This record gives sequence, structure tokens and C-alpha cells, in this order.
Amino acid sequence: MRMNEYKMDIGLEIHIELSTDTKIFCKCSTQFGCEPNVNTCPVCTGMPGALPVLNKQAVRYAAAVGDALNCKINTISKFDRKNYYYPDNPQNYQITQFYTPICENGYLEIDTIDGKKNIGIREIHMEEDAGKLLHNDLKNVSFIDYNRAGVPLIEIVTMPDFSNGDEVTCFLEKLRLIIQYLQVSDCKLNEGSMRVDVNLSVRKKECEELGTRTEMKNLNSFRAIKRAIDNEASRQIEVLKNGGIIDMETRRWDDLKEESFVMRSKEEAKDYRYFPEPDLPMVYVDDAMLKDIELSKPQFRHEKNDYYINELKIPEYDAKLITLDYDMTVLFEETVKICDKPKNISNWLIGEANRILKEKEWDACDIKMSPKNFAMFVNMVSEGIINSNVAKVVFEKMFLEDINPEKYVEENGLKQNSDGEMIKKIVQDVINDNEQSVRDYKAGKDKAIGYLVGQVMKKAAGKANPKLVNELLLEELRKDM
Amino acid sequence: MNRRTVLETVKDIKSGKIRIKDLIQECIENIEKKDNTYNAFISLNKENAIDRAEKLQARLDAGEDIGILGGIPVAIKDNILVEGLKTTCGSKMLENYMAPYSATVINKLEENGAIIIGKTNMDEFAMGSTTKTSYYGETKNPVNIEYIPGGSSGGSATAIGTDMCMVSLGSDTGGSVRQPAAFCGLVGLKPTYGMVSRYGLVAYASSFDQIGPMGKTVEDVALTLQVIMGCDSKDSTSQFNLEKDYLSTLSKGVKGLKVGIPREFFTEDLEDSIKESVINAAKVLEDNGAIVEEINVGNTEYAVMAYYIIACAQASSNLARFDGVKYGYRSMNYESLGEMYDNTWKEGFGEEVRKRISLGEYVLSSGFYEEHYLKALKVRRLIWEEYEKHFEKYDLILSPVTKVSGIKLSDDVDSVKLYMDDLYTVSANLCGYPAISVPFGKNECGLPIGVQIMGKSFSEETILRAAFLLEQRNGD
Ligand SMILES: [Zn+2]
Repeated sequence: MRMNEYKMDIGLEIHIELSTDTKIFCKCSTQFGCEPNVNTCPVCTGMPGALPVLNKQAVRYAAAVGDALNCKINTISKFDRKNYYYPDNPQNYQITQFYTPICENGYLEIDTIDGKKNIGIREIHMEEDAGKLLHNDLKNVSFIDYNRAGVPLIEIVTMPDFSNGDEVTCFLEKLRLIIQYLQVSDCKLNEGSMRVDVNLSVRKKECEELGTRTEMKNLNSFRAIKRAIDNEASRQIEVLKNGGIIDMETRRWDDLKEESFVMRSKEEAKDYRYFPEPDLPMVYVDDAMLKDIELSKPQFRHEKNDYYINELKIPEYDAKLITLDYDMTVLFEETVKICDKPKNISNWLIGEANRILKEKEWDACDIKMSPKNFAMFVNMVSEGIINSNVAKVVFEKMFLEDINPEKYVEENGLKQNSDGEMIKKIVQDVINDNEQSVRDYKAGKDKAIGYLVGQVMKKAAGKANPKLVNELLLEELRKDM
Repeated sequence: MNRRTVLETVKDIKSGKIRIKDLIQECIENIEKKDNTYNAFISLNKENAIDRAEKLQARLDAGEDIGILGGIPVAIKDNILVEGLKTTCGSKMLENYMAPYSATVINKLEENGAIIIGKTNMDEFAMGSTTKTSYYGETKNPVNIEYIPGGSSGGSATAIGTDMCMVSLGSDTGGSVRQPAAFCGLVGLKPTYGMVSRYGLVAYASSFDQIGPMGKTVEDVALTLQVIMGCDSKDSTSQFNLEKDYLSTLSKGVKGLKVGIPREFFTEDLEDSIKESVINAAKVLEDNGAIVEEINVGNTEYAVMAYYIIACAQASSNLARFDGVKYGYRSMNYESLGEMYDNTWKEGFGEEVRKRISLGEYVLSSGFYEEHYLKALKVRRLIWEEYEKHFEKYDLILSPVTKVSGIKLSDDVDSVKLYMDDLYTVSANLCGYPAISVPFGKNECGLPIGVQIMGKSFSEETILRAAFLLEQRNGD
């Protein structure tokens, strides 16, 4: 790629499904993964005579995102109709905000190799999602599932401020964290609750004006986004170098083939015949709502990070890793609330928890372990009820199945042996059986003690309390000195 | 039945003088006897109606209160959904569409003891003023079968005029309740926009559509309005939630009310007998203590144009859902999705509907939106401001409803002329005002004439009072 003569200008259009309980214009559930068409009613299936009623929670969520992205929140915004025919769109129009969106003119600061940079947010608007088409090519029929139709979306439109794929990834990761911290969406690219379209153009470095852009769709992971950006930039530069021109078109990314294909050319661009939605009154965001948003604003990542390091006194590395996932912070904080040992807790999260997550390819939200059981577990470990080898086994079981650690240890006889009399007896046996080592120790070879401890542990089937073993062994050995 | 009012009938039902089933049977007999000729109904609800009559009677006999419309047979325009009955909107597109839920007005009627007798004929998707654009044939005027009943709520008017029901619901987007009421010698009210829930009314032009009652008397209409009105959480544009007793104020008279008559409405092509009726009505109001003055309302042609641009634009979007995918008619003749849409559209909709949808798509298309749709919205705003000014001074505006007192079924009236005939009625829809058509006078052939009384938003009480007075003096 001969990038050095050219530079890229990238803008994003990001659709995010809001995690409201009900749909944006009716009372149907937004639950994901239900049987087809269970979550439907006359409104979200476009029955004649049905009318939309705006879900206030969706408005609040959209305004909260706007607030977090430093936007101007419009006290009055409006809905419009976007008209187009497609079977997944039950009314054959989508209710969206075209002329007056709820939020405008914001920005988000990201870290780049050249330092900090603000990415402009042109607008955030609310709209309804469409249903899903299911094709059966064998029988040559199509079915429609309207469960998703009417699920609230926000569309975040950025300015063309990105210069490369890394900046895009950095922005998206930061945005996703903000939205997860706000708890207005789970932002999963693979489940479609976050969808990113990339508008990209290239121009000669000395050129002032932006080049002709293309729009890239079907980007299902951050990696795909990065690959698609590099690929599209190269493609455009190649076209320009060969004296060609870039067509303003919509392309579809194929991540397996690692190339994109034209979906819709400029000539095919649709006329959506936007006009104000007559069935809905204006949307008001009043002072009470703004105040509520301000008051319920969560600690965002850097604030949490500082709090973890300064107040909870956990290592910087731990804090950074935990705050990378909102669900992880919830688990961490809830557990700390029950068991005031932040360092011990973060240790388990950074070590074992991360190991299992990677192994299972899970997200933190998939962790089954409850803060209550986790706290109980941490206490058990620090009280020496189980030793560290047993602890790892119990942790994994709890992590995957949320077992009660006390009960589990009890039932499986994994308790650490802290019975002094019993250990003393083993210690005496070991001393009697290992005269050479005892002699070595008494002769000043401190190393010999390690061997003796190992022998005691072995005899106690790994469950003896190592601290106690040490104490008792020393006590016995010193008796004759 | 034809001399009894709803209120009297409800009283007679309560006292046991009339059995509900007999009343319903009487309606059904009238339908069976006459509807082959008049074609007021698209579908009937016979068995259910009789069953419901028996149940209501049993409840009444057990001493229960069955509501202020207890036992009254009501006909419903076929663009209002009644669960379990077909809702065709007068179109082939919805020939077999079974309503999956009931409109809010239907629930309200039924909670108050009304009995739905059937669904009435109408211009296809309420687009027309003749009831001739219906896929289910034309409807005849109950006063003279050679004439149209008007439209689009023609079937709802004829059903009352032929005693096939006692009151009915129509929908009024540009005069579709008032104009047929005028042609059929009935009372028809378009309530203030937002007063009656539109939930379950198949949308034509969402900004103008309003369900309105039709009846033989102002009292019948007032009573029905009281039942169907009220804010509805399912319709975000509904907004009125006060308890009102219109009946108790009907006979309060018009003393001290200020009434304006728009000069511009007395055009060259206004029929003399109608002009005379309006002037006579003004005199009656004056004689009863109202102050009547002429006013100017500006260029009325713009009002009609703005009305059609906005109505057709909204219709083009509202009717897009009838695509053959989910319900309703689907063409048998297609190879691709695009062809399925096209052919369903061509075969399922009639000519007038296709024309209005095309016009609507055109005025919304990019490059034309600003100069058509936005301009129409601006005109609408100006007209509203003009009327608001008048309503600072005047309580009511008196006018004709129609330019002619009757149109023969055999007449083929040019559609642009028909559009311009909506001149007197569209302003109420453009501005959201309530307006009533009340019979006053007759033409030389004995056809009834209606006069229109319009008031500011939510002034139904005043309008009904004035209409009640004119009704008392009609034919003096
Ligand atoms: Zn729904």
C-alpha cells in the first residue's frame, strides 16, 4: 500500500440497540432470542389503524448517551418517516429523526499515537429497528420475524475525523465502554446490538477537499472493521493511481474473503421521501430529565480506574484490566461490598477469571459466579479454610456454575486440615522417618525444612494447613535443640 | 323507529317498553328488506348483534345498568376496526382482512351498551366524496335513490336514513362525515382533532382524520360523542380528557354568541337554495340573540390545495403497509419481490387511491418536498392563524357544507371539481376545529340542505347548542 502520498478521512454511522424493557413505540418485550413473532402486537407488525406511542425510557437513554458524548441535547426534537419498501419493515416506513435529532454537536476524546484527539459527533437520533428476514433457499420461501421490529435504536453519526483504522478502533472501544457503563446497551457487534457502518474516502496529502466516499456495511467485529478500512483505503488509492474515479456507493464487506462488493451504486440510491411523523407529538427533554441524567450519571472508566487505585488500593494493572469491562466492574464492586478485601478479589479476577474467560471465549457478562459466593470464597481462602491448590478447583466450579463454595468444600471433603493434634502426630511420624533430614536441619541446613514440610503435606493428602505445618514442625525440631 | 330518538329509545328500553332484541330484529329486517337496493353495508354482524341483545336484556332485567347507549344499534364505517369482523376500507386490498383488535371507539361504544350492527360502505380508503369509489358498489341516498349519499362515509349516512341503525360512526378527513350528513338530511359532527381516539381507525391522512358521530338529531350525535370521546393512551395525538355533559346544555340557546359568515364562501357556483339556507340560518341565530357579521377568510382555493397535498402525502405513506406481504390482497402474478409489490398495488387499489398515492409520493420526493409539502404546511399554518384571529372575536363560523344540494348517481363529475367542492369543509380539518353539519332547509326538489357551524378547538358544546337551535327551527 502506498499510503504515504495519501491520507484517509473516515466517518462512522453507529447503530446501537437500547436495552429498554419494551419497544420504542409499543409495549412489546425487547428480549433477544425468543421464538419468532412472540414479541409482537398490532403496532410493531404494521396492522391497519395501529398508532405509535413513544417509550420515555428510550428518550432518556438517548439523551444520556448524548450527554456522555458532550452533545447539545435538544429540548424539542421530532420524529419523521423514512419511506421505503422492504418486507422486514412492517409499515414500509421507518420512524426516525431526520430533521431534528435529539442530540447534536458533540465530541469524544481518544488517544492516538500523536496524542489526544477529539472526534466530532454530528448527531444522535432515535429510530426503530426492523424485523429479520429468514430465507429458506431449499423451499424457496422467506419468513419474517418481527420480534426485533420496533426495538429502539440510536444512530450516532460522527464527523469524518478519523485518519486511520486504529483511531476508529480506539473510538469504538471507548464508546462501547461509555455505553455499557451507562447501561443503555450491551453493544454486542456479533449479536447486532451494535452495528457500525464506515464512510471512507482518501485524498492526496496536500489536497484540502475530502475525496468521494464509499459506505461499508456488514462489519461484525472490531477486527473486521480494521481490516475493511485498510482494504478499502488500498482499493480507493489503487483506483485513483490508475486514473480512475471513486463512485459514491454502498459496499458490503466479506470478512472471509477479506474483500468488499458493491451493494448499491449511487444511481440506485433511494429517495426516502422523509416527512414529519404525524402520529407523534414533539419529543420534550425537560429539565427534570436532564437533572435525572446528571444525577444518575455513572463513574466512567477513568474515574473508576482512579477510584480503584486510590481508594481500594489495588494495583494499577488490575484496575486497568477490570475497568475494561463494565460487567467485571460490577462483579468486582459488588464483591468488595460484601468482603472488604479488594486486593484479594482483584487477584482472582485478573488471574483465574481472565484465564477461564479466554479459555471459554466468554464475555464477563457470561460469568455465572455471584458476588455473594465469590465473597464467601475469598474469605475462605484468606482464613485458610482451603489451601491454594484446592481454591483453584473450587473457583473454576463456582465461576462456571455459581456453586456455594462452603457447601461444595464441605460435601467434597476439601477443607484444609487445621487440626493441631492430628498434624502434630504426622509431624512426629515424619521426624521419626527422616532422621537424615532432621540432622541436616539441626546442622544448620535450613533447606531441609522444605523437604520435611513436603512430606507432612503428602501424608495429609494435600489438605493440611501449610502455615500450621510449618509452625508445628519448627516447634518439634527446636524441642531437642 | 324513525320517529324515536336515541335518548327516548334508551328510556323505553329501560322501562321495558321496548325489548332490545325486537329493536335489533327491526334493524335487521330493514337491512334485509332494503339493503339490496341501498347497499349501505359491506358486512353485517347479525348473529353477534342478536346474541348481544339477549345478553344485554338479561343484564337489564337483572337490574344492571347497561350504559347510556344500552341496546342501541350502531353502524360503523368500514375503516374502523371491530375485532372479529372484516375491515375492508371499501377496498379489494382488504377484502378478507379480519380485524385482530377493536378500535378504542368500539370498546367505548360497547362498554356503554351499544350494539354493532354492521360495517358500512365507503369510498375506498375514505378517498372520495361520493361512496362511488368503493370496491363494493355504490350506495344510494336514503332521501332519493337516484342520488349519491355523499362520502366518504356514505354508507354510515344511508344506514341511518333507512332505519338500518340509529346512529353511526363515520370518519372525517376533509368533510367525509359532514357532507354525507348534508346530502342525506342528517346531523354529522367532526370533533376537534384529538378529541376522539384514532386508535383502530385505518389512517388516511393522520393529521386530519377524526372519527365523528352521525345521527338523525343533534341530541343523538351529542350523546354518541359523549361516549366515544376522551384521551387515549394508545393515540399520542389525542388530548381531551374532561367529562362533558353536552345534553344538559343543548337548549341553552345562542344569546350573546358572535357568529361570522365568510364572504368568500358565497361563490358564483354556490347553489341558490343553499345560499338561502345559510342566510335563513343566520337570521334564526340573530333572532335568538346572536350577533352575526360577515368576515373575510382569505383565499380559499389555497386551503383546498394545501389540504390535498398534505392528505395525499400522508396517505402515500400510511397506505404503504398494504403491500401483500403480511395480510390483505397479494397478486398471484409475480416473479420477484418488486413485481409482487407493483402488481399487488395495481390490482389491489382502485384508480382514485392509486392516483392519490402517486400524487402523495410526488410531493414528498426529493426536490419537490420543499416547494410542495413544506409550502402546504406553511399555508396550513397561515390559514390557522387567520382563523385563530377570527375566533378571538367570534364564537362560531356559519357556512354552507356543499356547493350543490345533490349529485345524481348517473352524473359523472370531474374529480378536480369534486376536490374543489370540499372548499367549505376542509378548513376544519386543516385547523383541527370541530364542525357540524345540521339539516336546514330543502331545495326545490325536496332534497335536504345542510349548514355548517364551526367553532374553535374543543368548543363542541357551543356548536351543538347552535345546531340544536337550528334543528328546532328547520322547516319553519
Ligand atoms: Zn408491539
